[in-house]
Amino acid sequence: MNYLWAFVVGGGLCVIGQLLIDLTALTPARILVGYVVAGVVLSAAGVYQPLVEFAGAGASVPLLGFGHTLAQGAVRAVELHGLIGVLTGPLAAAAGGITASLLAGFLMALVAHSRDQN
Amino acid sequence: MQLNKAEYAALVKKASPRSAVGRNCVWAFAVGGCICAVGEGLRQWFLAAGYTLSDASLLASVGLIFLSAVTTALGWYQKLASRAGAGTLVPITGFANAVVSPAIEFRCEGLVTGSGAKMFVIAGPVIVYGTLAGSAWGLVWYLIRPYVGGMV
Repeated sequence: MNYLWAFVVGGGLCVIGQLLIDLTALTPARILVGYVVAGVVLSAAGVYQPLVEFAGAGASVPLLGFGHTLAQGAVRAVELHGLIGVLTGPLAAAAGGITASLLAGFLMALVAHSRDQN
Repeated sequence: MQLNKAEYAALVKKASPRSAVGRNCVWAFAVGGCICAVGEGLRQWFLAAGYTLSDASLLASVGLIFLSAVTTALGWYQKLASRAGAGTLVPITGFANAVVSPAIEFRCEGLVTGSGAKMFVIAGPVIVYGTLAGSAWGLVWYLIRPYVGGMV
């Protein structure tokens, strides 16, 4: 069941993105920004954590989940450190995903450059 | 020929190819769903290996990021993306693709001003506005926290 709901919810969130591409003039970059900000808003409204508990990776893998991570990080850091957490919380929570992406980009730039010029 | 805005829009609509919205959505649903199901598989595997819930979710995302990086380097991810559209854009693999793809493409302009800078062409705005939104919510939380109690 875990896999079914991850598939259905994750796929459904992608369909919303596809409708935005097909029916509006939004570019992919704007859609990604929109998804992350929407994830922060949905997390703040308290509706995203239940979705993550229900659909697992179906909710955490789409970029809305990235926004949820940023928002959760802000709340946790404020709880632990007070006002300074407003500055330190969001990025600290997202550091794993961002650093992994940068590392992957750097490594692939080193090993894959000759192939891409074909 | 003079056209007002409405007439021009009608002409554009007539001349534009009919985008197969339905077929695109089926592709996005199937491919996006599969990527999330793979992520769920990774998450279950890390949970079984004894990681906490949040660590297992992070590691599943990291696994997908590296899968996306390798398939981007091989040129497969772009091929899938041309059919799957938002199915390959919206998951974290799309973010990783947006970092890795320009990093490879601009390698010829150097590691600093090429790969290093261009990695952030799409990832930069995502990080900027995501972080700002997260910080704004953190500030709001700081202000309303005394009144709503530790509900999170």
